[in-house]
Amino acid sequence: MRRLTMRGWQLAAAAAAVLGLTVGLAAQNLTINGAGATFPDPIYQKWFAEYNKIHPNIQINYQAQGSGAGIRQLTAQTVFFGASDGPMTPDQLLAAPGRVLHFPTVLGSVVPIYNIPNVTAELKFTGPVLADIFLGKITRWNDPAIVRINPGVTLPGMNITVVHRSDGSGTSYIWTDYLQKVSPEWKQKVGNATAVNWPVGLGGAQSDGVTALVKQTPGTIGYVELVYALQNKLAYGPVQNSAGEFVKASLASTSAAAAAAVKQMPVDFRVSIVNAPGKDAYPVASFTWMLFYEAPKDKPRAKAMVDFMMWALNDGQKFTGDLGYAPLPKEVIALELEQLKKIKVQ
Amino acid sequence: MIRRSGDRVFYTSTGAFALVLVLIVGAIAVVLFRESELSIRAFGLRFWETSTWDPVAGNFGAFPFIWGTLYSSFLALLIATPVALGIAIFLSELSPSWLRTPLTFLTELLAAIPSIVYGLWGIFVLVPRIRDLQLALPEWVTTMPFFSGPPVGVSLLTAAVVLAIMIIPFTSSVAREVLRAVPLSQREGAYALGSTRWEATKAALFYARTGIIGAILLGLGRAIGETMAVTMVIGNRPVALWSVFEPHSTMASVIANEFTEADSDLYLSSLVEVGLVLFTITLVINFASRLLIWRMTRQRAPRVARPRVPAESAAV
Amino acid sequence: MTSLCVLSVLIALVPVVLIFFFVVQQGIGSLDWNFFTKTPVPPGETGGGMANSIVGTLIVCGVAGLFGVPFGILSGVYIVESGGTRLGSAARFAADTLNGVPSIVIGLFAYVIFVLPVKHFSALAGGFALGIMMIPLVARTTEELLRLVPLSLREGALALGASRARAVFSVVLPAALPGILTGVILALARISGETAPLLFTAFNNRFRSTSLFEPISTLTVQVYTYAKSPHEDWHRQAWAGALVLVGIVFICSVLARIATRRLERMHRA
Repeated sequence: MRRLTMRGWQLAAAAAAVLGLTVGLAAQNLTINGAGATFPDPIYQKWFAEYNKIHPNIQINYQAQGSGAGIRQLTAQTVFFGASDGPMTPDQLLAAPGRVLHFPTVLGSVVPIYNIPNVTAELKFTGPVLADIFLGKITRWNDPAIVRINPGVTLPGMNITVVHRSDGSGTSYIWTDYLQKVSPEWKQKVGNATAVNWPVGLGGAQSDGVTALVKQTPGTIGYVELVYALQNKLAYGPVQNSAGEFVKASLASTSAAAAAAVKQMPVDFRVSIVNAPGKDAYPVASFTWMLFYEAPKDKPRAKAMVDFMMWALNDGQKFTGDLGYAPLPKEVIALELEQLKKIKVQ
Repeated sequence: MIRRSGDRVFYTSTGAFALVLVLIVGAIAVVLFRESELSIRAFGLRFWETSTWDPVAGNFGAFPFIWGTLYSSFLALLIATPVALGIAIFLSELSPSWLRTPLTFLTELLAAIPSIVYGLWGIFVLVPRIRDLQLALPEWVTTMPFFSGPPVGVSLLTAAVVLAIMIIPFTSSVAREVLRAVPLSQREGAYALGSTRWEATKAALFYARTGIIGAILLGLGRAIGETMAVTMVIGNRPVALWSVFEPHSTMASVIANEFTEADSDLYLSSLVEVGLVLFTITLVINFASRLLIWRMTRQRAPRVARPRVPAESAAV
Repeated sequence: MTSLCVLSVLIALVPVVLIFFFVVQQGIGSLDWNFFTKTPVPPGETGGGMANSIVGTLIVCGVAGLFGVPFGILSGVYIVESGGTRLGSAARFAADTLNGVPSIVIGLFAYVIFVLPVKHFSALAGGFALGIMMIPLVARTTEELLRLVPLSLREGALALGASRARAVFSVVLPAALPGILTGVILALARISGETAPLLFTAFNNRFRSTSLFEPISTLTVQVYTYAKSPHEDWHRQAWAGALVLVGIVFICSVLARIATRRLERMHRA
């Protein structure tokens, strides 16, 4: 009995020591948790890694679980910041326990990716055609509507398998935003949100899931951010913009899409640049935002994130090109630095 | 039984731990109920009949998940039961003794492999094979309602195959125990009447039928609750179709996929309600299975201590 | 008929062997120095590892063990020693029930109880979730092994004037302890492979973290995240992680088998 108690005390002491050590170690590093969009995951992870090299004690732990998850967890306050490709809706803003500020971080584009065996030429798409495909009205690749805009390309009679996001996604938000702007039927039947009731198609979890499904399944069409298409060498095609030009997504065409919005940037930065005017503009482009509370309770973390944001808006922008994102216009950055001052860090 | 003051302390303190165990189970039920109240009040029984899962409109119907869960589990049971019984019979009746230990060890290993590893294997090995299978099937097969669907690879069938592999060891080990509990007299009686080895085995199986059904139910319970491996290979689509090649969704997989991003209270509550029903179904099945097994093995001869994780661990 | 049974054995074993060898084949090449010492790098880059996930799994399992083992053993002791009181039967029923609860439901429960009130994901929450899963496993093993201790041992102790507590803790439990510890090792191996309860509790962490109050990376969640991604390098690491997981399970199973055989020899002697 005594032996057991002795062993018991030793175990308890060991456990207490381990606990103390971990708590002690915890005090050294500042972990800041965030969740949200998969769209900017590559650039955010690059940023957090680079920032951690400069400030080794600041660990910004970002988990890309989808824009919907980011908004939800920010609202539940289980993470310190969120990230979304779609701005929070008025309802979502109301549901949050405090005022949420939006900070655009980079510009990106969503491209239609496809996998058609034996077709290596670039396929052109128009808005209405894409909407009809995703509505399930166009079901075969050699449908006259597709053939008409792609003269000279032999398309097989294969069934089109639509792939969409199964999770709540800002990429879906951008894509459905575009579809509703080019197709009244889509607007009425489905709408625009991070998670919708897709009329047809398979769901892939996060951009990675969609990419994987399209890559591996013949006859599919999906939508992902440009950076995922580039990194995974997926075929993606030009989309017709509001000026009637077929524009392929690129850094230049993405930045062109933002040009018009820059002149009329709303104070809270919640603006859509989908189907933007301008003949060089890529029609399915968007800002992506980081979401912070204006008056967070955790002041040290607030200060750390404000410092990080200042770094990201200045030095961080130079990493964007390599990863396929377009940097923010300078005017926007200036406005954001002003808004950063609003966050209460004292 | 003489109870002294020391005894009272002993019973009280260990009893406290036992009480906490009971409270934990109760707490799970209470928490699930409380969090799903919103959804229960909003949809009532309609929740289980409708198939729309529309987060935008706030319209949630969980029928596809029940469909996916039951369909995949029953399919898995169909594949796994004969195999599991075969192993049980082999190990308890037919196998030479030198083979018994390594085979049992291998079966246990099958049970211990983490489900995420099954899922990984499923995604990278099974899914492409199923896709190839679909592409290789002749046209007249793929037009049948059971076998139609795009050749994606992630489908109900893939999930059923993975589930089958996962439940085989559980069903077989319980079936083996059940067979071991068949009194020798049954078999000896059969031999005395001049039956062959197989007929004697059949007699033993018949005697143990309640326990065997219990073992099968246990496998079912396990399949219904399985999350990770299924989520990775089933395709995650809220539909209720007959085709085994179509992607589907199960109750467990929809919770795993959508819980972190359910951005409205109603959405969250609907998911928890799915969890509540999952909890209840597995409860009922496990209870029934245990009842049947207990009834069958009541007169079990004491055996040497074999410390192991109980075969009836059904949670993953 | 015999051939059918043999066939079914083969059908069942083929996947085991296949999966095992596949995991080894895919993962062994990636078990390099980087894997064990580095933390994840941004997608698209190479050279990252799962060092933080390995440590994380150890920490979370440690917490689970600290919580689950005492609870399990003591509940098991009560169930056996109480001799059929209502609480004893209720506890037995509760243990069986808890055993069958799907791990995703445990994850839901742990999220509501351990994460929402403090509005923070943490390693502790993950450890508690896994601990809850451990309790019935350990309780069951304890119960089975205590029942197998010969009655003579217990009665002898009581006859010598020991209190119930002393009889159990000084005589009966130590006799069953080796078997119980083996069961504990197997239970730990079991929960080290769990993913679902950790998804909503421990979250995940790209950095090295040993704090109990912050999110932590675990092998299972990290393998899950990597498996869903389209990055080849992450797939490679996922296989390596899977190999480590299977390795843990394999080693613990072998150890348990050896211990069991030794115990059986002891009992026979």
